[in-house]
Parts: sequence; structure tokens; C-alpha cells
Amino acid sequence: MSDHELRVSKIRNGTVIDHVTAGQALNVLAILGIDGSEGEGVSIGMNVPSDRLGRKDVVKVEDRELSQSEVEVLSLIAPEASINIIRDYDVVEKSRVDRPETVAGLLSCPNRNCITNDDEPIASKFTVVADGVRCTYCGEIVRDDIAAHLDVQG
Amino acid sequence: MRQDHLISAANLSREGIEAVLDRAAAIDADPAAYRQRHAGAVLALCFFEPSTRTKMSFDTAMKRLGGTTVDMGTVESSSVKKGETLADTVRVVEGYADAIVLRHPSEGAAKMASEFVDVPLVNAGDGAGQHPSQTLLDLYTIRERSGLDDLSIGIMGDLKYGRTVHSLAHALTNFDVRQHFISPESLRLPRNVRFDLHEAGAQVREHTDLDEVLPELDVLYVTRIQRERFPDENEYRAVAGQYRIDEETLETARDDLSVMHPLPRVDEIAPEVDETEYATYFEQAHNGIPVRMALLDELLTRFKEGGR
Repeated sequence: MSDHELRVSKIRNGTVIDHVTAGQALNVLAILGIDGSEGEGVSIGMNVPSDRLGRKDVVKVEDRELSQSEVEVLSLIAPEASINIIRDYDVVEKSRVDRPETVAGLLSCPNRNCITNDDEPIASKFTVVADGVRCTYCGEIVRDDIAAHLDVQG
Repeated sequence: MRQDHLISAANLSREGIEAVLDRAAAIDADPAAYRQRHAGAVLALCFFEPSTRTKMSFDTAMKRLGGTTVDMGTVESSSVKKGETLADTVRVVEGYADAIVLRHPSEGAAKMASEFVDVPLVNAGDGAGQHPSQTLLDLYTIRERSGLDDLSIGIMGDLKYGRTVHSLAHALTNFDVRQHFISPESLRLPRNVRFDLHEAGAQVREHTDLDEVLPELDVLYVTRIQRERFPDENEYRAVAGQYRIDEETLETARDDLSVMHPLPRVDEIAPEVDETEYATYFEQAHNGIPVRMALLDELLTRFKEGGR
């Protein structure tokens, strides 16, 4: 790890989410449903220098490994992110996030008149497009403010 | 899920459109030949929003094919009032009918409903989304007048919420057409439709002033500027008059310009235009019958051949 990342201490077990798009760290926590109320250890580095991204955020969460659906949504707001699973202070698994073709049940459609916001027995579904996501039902496109429409809470 | 539905004009291909229009022309030429074509078939009319023309048009089309219709009536008199979901409603209706026509105030309603039924489902308008059967009759009308290629088509009015506009714009990307969108800034085409037109490589220009483009148009498709869409009445008044068509407005138009409108109109086309060669909107409305007969014929035949 670089000197910059040593600004926050190593964790024993959990996940380090590295190369998060600068400014998105708090949204990453929102995706994970982490607000500190469960007593979990959370460390955040924001706008730290990065060779690859210029500036990046880093999120370290103790005693927590990400689910596939969490990684999928993470990929939408932090497409360059890498996931490091830590066990007993060692990185035991390292992976980059992959953008899925679709995401279901993870985001609310911002179009208030979309059928997915009615009381119907369906989950929202979005197709991932070049620079955002698109509601499969009403066609609404979400680009810059995807995090604002997250349904995921841990 | 079967694919024998008509949900969005964005899913229509040139071949698919031409197949329906050719069939409509055949029906127009010899309606008697189709009189018993679907005898015994039942079409369900599920209209969750008020409708006169579209509903009567589908009703008439089905009856002229020898079939019958069942109508769920108004929302106030239906089980929807008791809180039934749309998904449940169409699953029940599917057992009564060979096809369903659905109008609903929510965007994406037809797409969702089609995931719950096996019989063909036609989107007859979903909120500000799509109205693809209207588009087929619009295209039929344009084709009858001037063919469907090498045209300049102006689409004017409420482009933001106008579902007939969204469907028409999508469908026209299949043809060699220059699309001119004329509206107040606040009622421009929505971002998702502009995205699709860009992706399709459509020739598109946007205007706020009809005079800029009127002399080059083959077709001027007018829609109602909806007063209820404006938060401020003064803002509505400021723009509404600019988008009204009368004989004076049309002085710079080509002699063979076709003025179309999905109807109902309020005051966006002056009655004096009705008597001119430009007026195509009543003929357009009448074309709804052969076109919807052709559409129902195609869907029901394909469905029957696939076996229920």
C-alpha cells in the first residue's frame, strides 16, 4: 500500500474498496447501508492522490465482505473501483468491479410516473448504457445522480 | 413470455411496419374479404384513462373482423377502484379474451402488463410514454399521401409529454426522413427520446419557431399544447398562440403540405384549415380502422398459428 493509504490504519478483516471515483465514498457507504449505527469500523480517505485516477476515494470496512448485488451497484457509481478482501491483515482476494448488463431491484426509477413506482408486483430493472442506466419499463435515463436513486441498504 | 405484443414503436422495424401498412391497404381495398376473418375472437378493452377515439377505433376494428369486444368500463366502476393491481387485472382478463388493448396513465404499464400475460397485448397509450398503434395509422396516412422516404416532417406542440410524438419519432428512424421538432423550450423532446434518435442516426433539428422550417415541410404533425402542463398560466399564454395554425400561418407552406393531428384538437388548428387541401387529420382518424384491423389481424393470426 502507498504512503497515502497509510493515512488510515490497516484493517484486520473486512473489505478495502480502492480506486473509488473521487467524491463517491459516502455514496459507497450508502450502498452498503453503513451509517455507523451497528458499531462497525469504517475508515474513509477522500480525494487522495492516485496514479491511475488523479484523485480517488478509499473506503475500508471492517468485518464486512460485499455481496454480488452490492458490487454491481458499486460499479455504476465507481466503475474503476477495486475490491480487496482482507483476512488477518492480508489481501486474500483482489478484484475489479464489472459493469453488469442489467441491474434489478437496486435502484428506484426517478420518473415518478413510471409503473415501477406504482404498487405493482415487479422490481425495478435498469439496462446499463454507456454512461448511465436506463429504466427497462419507462425508458428514463439516469446518468449523473445514480447514487440518489439507490434502494440498497446493506 | 410471447413476443406477440405491440408495446413501443422503438421495437418496430421497417419490414414490420410495411407488413402492417400493406395489410391495411388490402383491407381498405376489400373490407368484405375480412368480415369474418376472426369470427368468435374476443378483444378486451382495458382503458384506465378516458379515451374516445382509440377505444372506439379498436372496438370497430375488431367487430369488422367478425370478432367481439369486452370492455372493463371506467376505472371508477372496476375492481381497480378496490385496489387491484394492473398485473392482477390483466392476468384475469387474459382468461376472457384472445387479445388485450391497454391504456394506462403510467409509463411502462404496457411493458409490465405484457410480462404477465400470454395473449397479445397492444399498448394504446402509457402515460407520456408511447402510443404505437396511433403511429401505424399516422405512417399509413403519410404513405398514402407521399410515400415514406425523402420527406421533411415537422412535429410541433407538446413534444415532452406527447406520447404520439415519441412513438412517431421512433418509427420514422426506419425511413429516410428529416425530422424537425418545433416546440417551446419547456416542452422539448425528453432526453430518452433524443438519446434514441441520436443512437439511430436520425436526421433531427429542433426549433422554437415554425416559420424557420415550414416552407420545406412535406408534413406538419401538430399536437395540442397542454395547458395543464404549465406551472404558470402566463407562460402558457405566451407560447400557445405561436403554435396555432390558420390559413395565414400556412401562406408560406408548400401546396402539397399535409397537416396532421392525432386529435382531439382544441384551438391549435383553426377550423378554416379544415376546408383546405392541407387538412389530413380526419382522413388520418378514419385510417385508424383499417390499420387497427390489420394490426389485430396480424397479432391474432400469429398467435393462433403459435397455438394457445
